[in-house]
Amino acid sequence: MAAVTLLSTRAVSKTYGGLKAVQNVDFILPKGEIRALIGPNGAGKTTFVSMLCGRIPVTSGVIEFEGTDVTALPDHKRISLGIAYTFQITSIFANLTVYENVALAVQRHHVGSDKNLKIQTKIALARVGLHPFSDQTAGDLAYGHQRLLEIAMGLGQTPKLLILDEPTQGLSDGEIDAFKTLIRDVAQTTTVLLIEHNIDVVMSLADQITVLNFGEIIAEGTPAQIHANAAVQTAYLGGDDA
Amino acid sequence: MRKSIALHLGLIALLIVLQFVLPAYHHGNMARIMVMATYAMGYNIMFGYTGLLSLGHAMFFAAGLYGMGLSVQFLGMGVGPAFGMGLFASLTLSLVVGLLALRTLGVAFMIVTLMFSQTIFLVILYFNPYTRGDEGFVIQQSVRHIFGLDLSDPTIRYFAALVLFSTVLIGTLKLVQSNIGRVFIAIRENEPRAKMLGYDTWRHKLLSVVLSGTVSGAAGASYGILFGYVGASFAQVPYSIFPLLWVLLGGAGTVIGPFIGTLFMFYLIDLSSTVTDAYMLVVGVVLVLLTMFARNGLIGIVRERWAKWLP
Amino acid sequence: MEFGPHLLLATLEGLVQASVLTLTALGLSLVFGVMRVVNVAHGEFYMLGAVLAWFVTSMIGGSAAIGFMAALIIAPLLVGLLAALADWLVLRRIDYDPERTIVATIGLLYIIQQVTLMTYGPDAHPVAPPFNTRLALPWFEFTDGGLSMYWPWGLSTTSYKLFVIAAAIVTLLALWMLMAKSKLGLILRATQLDGETAQAFGIPVEKVYALVFGMGAALAALGAVLVVPIQQAHYLMGDDPLLLSFIVVIIGGLGSLRGTVVAAILIGMSDGIISVFFTPTLAKILATLLVAMVLVYRPNGLFGAKPA
Repeated sequence: MAAVTLLSTRAVSKTYGGLKAVQNVDFILPKGEIRALIGPNGAGKTTFVSMLCGRIPVTSGVIEFEGTDVTALPDHKRISLGIAYTFQITSIFANLTVYENVALAVQRHHVGSDKNLKIQTKIALARVGLHPFSDQTAGDLAYGHQRLLEIAMGLGQTPKLLILDEPTQGLSDGEIDAFKTLIRDVAQTTTVLLIEHNIDVVMSLADQITVLNFGEIIAEGTPAQIHANAAVQTAYLGGDDA
Repeated sequence: MRKSIALHLGLIALLIVLQFVLPAYHHGNMARIMVMATYAMGYNIMFGYTGLLSLGHAMFFAAGLYGMGLSVQFLGMGVGPAFGMGLFASLTLSLVVGLLALRTLGVAFMIVTLMFSQTIFLVILYFNPYTRGDEGFVIQQSVRHIFGLDLSDPTIRYFAALVLFSTVLIGTLKLVQSNIGRVFIAIRENEPRAKMLGYDTWRHKLLSVVLSGTVSGAAGASYGILFGYVGASFAQVPYSIFPLLWVLLGGAGTVIGPFIGTLFMFYLIDLSSTVTDAYMLVVGVVLVLLTMFARNGLIGIVRERWAKWLP
Repeated sequence: MEFGPHLLLATLEGLVQASVLTLTALGLSLVFGVMRVVNVAHGEFYMLGAVLAWFVTSMIGGSAAIGFMAALIIAPLLVGLLAALADWLVLRRIDYDPERTIVATIGLLYIIQQVTLMTYGPDAHPVAPPFNTRLALPWFEFTDGGLSMYWPWGLSTTSYKLFVIAAAIVTLLALWMLMAKSKLGLILRATQLDGETAQAFGIPVEKVYALVFGMGAALAALGAVLVVPIQQAHYLMGDDPLLLSFIVVIIGGLGSLRGTVVAAILIGMSDGIISVFFTPTLAKILATLLVAMVLVYRPNGLFGAKPA
């Protein structure tokens, strides 16, 4: 299968002072895949995806999205190209209603009537199951629901690439099951890049897994391959609850 | 949405009725309040909706005032075109100030706007031969005509102020319910998130500064035309603090709040000035009490408790 | 007067201004450094220092020196207490939120200014200097007989002005000793670095804040007491020092005490020198614009640390 590359990086690095947070990462993400990015704490996962969506500038290297070099583009422009990022630490508009939060996400990427805006917003809310809470103030939502709101905002952007930074953190088991179903559904139309600590979620969702350690890719492959990989075992899985 | 339109049209209707029933003294006050409330509404676009706290809005008011006044005085313009010059002056100034000041954030932004405004005030003093500095100059009654209407006539002046006020009131209402207005609010609430939704927040902030500055300038130009006086005191620090006070008192980020705040403060100072000359004391006390006990202002409290729909 | 003597005179005047400005700006900088808030009422604490100095000297009467010495102690103390009280009653309750603090201190500014107007009145009052000997200054010129000294007419200063410079230096050294050597200094520096951690280590941060706010105001008041024999006490006299202190603190790097001192001397001197040669308005325009531009393009100040 000759997959079309959606996003790729060449020799991307990030150094803070003398500290190398991410070094020489070559990364290719084909269209339509669910890719999980795993690694121990401090492996540089969030730094890496933050460079992808432009929140952090690269120290060196090239990032291409749909074949164009986006390395120099400011964050908001990259988002406009079709990248959506949901924050690891919940970042919503706490004083606005749930509906308004998602409407803001929809509005940016959507030209059309107000009526259409409403429909799109409601669809995004319904997909994560937050539609009963539309008129609530977002800051009053339970933590798990705030995480879902983040995802709804990501969906509202109808992105080509959805980057989720630890989306299941703090969710209940039931919510995690619903999340898995949702992501499988989303993946029909959208490429998903997922930073995740919950190995069960990773194993059951991901088509491919990339393992990061000390800012470098140490392994890449299908869940089965990764599960069998000795380097990964020592670096990551061995020490965890997998 | 319907309720809010009804409320704001209702306010305008009420002001029309008041024209006919108010005694002369309060009639004159109300015209002044409407112009100053327009200034406050301009300030509110930036502070209340976009979350940018400026301490230098007097420069925009003064740009409108002097842009208009100097055009009448030295270019012999009628008040109509001169009003346009006032708008142009404040628009240009707010664009320049925005481009520079928006490179800073928070406290630095407040101080930078304060400094720019102080610079404008000093420039007005420096060009004393043209601006007449502190003393100011009068826009002659003979000039204050438009479409054959005498703008110094109390009734016509009242309606002129009302037209300005209503335009900006409805304009603000439309703005904050538009896509752009919602992005302003998003920036106020959480700018990094707004960026991560793909909004060019810098450009929106610049737009907010320009809109805010230009509306403030329109208020300044109108003030000069309707009350016939142009002076440097309008460029001084207190005139940067007043709109902040009015907006805080009435309710930042509400469409009707600036008017309520201006109205209350005007009569509070009016009443206290019968007791003491030190009326700025009232301003100080109200500012401290507001920051301590009523961050959201009068309309903000109403919105919290009873009417969540208030825009 | 020729250029040389003129410049010497301007430099001396500038040094006096710089001394007072250093003290006032240090107060503002201390408060910003430790508490991370901007005190817009700072100029009014300065004004209060001057007005209280007048009250104290006119109440004590007798010899100018005794009255002045009393004022030098009492006025900063009272102003410091008042500021600490304002901090405790107002700023503490709004959690030192930077933006709300600015709005609240604008309120305090008008309250202090207007209450002074209502009690002290709109007139300016002089305070007699404790001593005021005129000291003529020599200048040198090249004549046929080589370098010779002469006493140009108008080139003089007073013993009091020299005292102001000395007093500022002594205060500066005392403050430096306090910050660098004492336990209190350690606590202040710890709070400056990280208020929350300091609190966790048992430092009573709220009390430290009240103390710092009081100290900042007292420094401004001290500067004002020193200046009031040269310049009369007036209820609006706080505006210029506030603006100049802002300029100094911003140029020197927000919260950096060393930068503040360097900038205060630089600006106090140049303000003195510029105002001799330029119209004050033009000098002010340039200074104000310069500060705005420094904040825009060098937010850490000209002497401040580079951003991380």
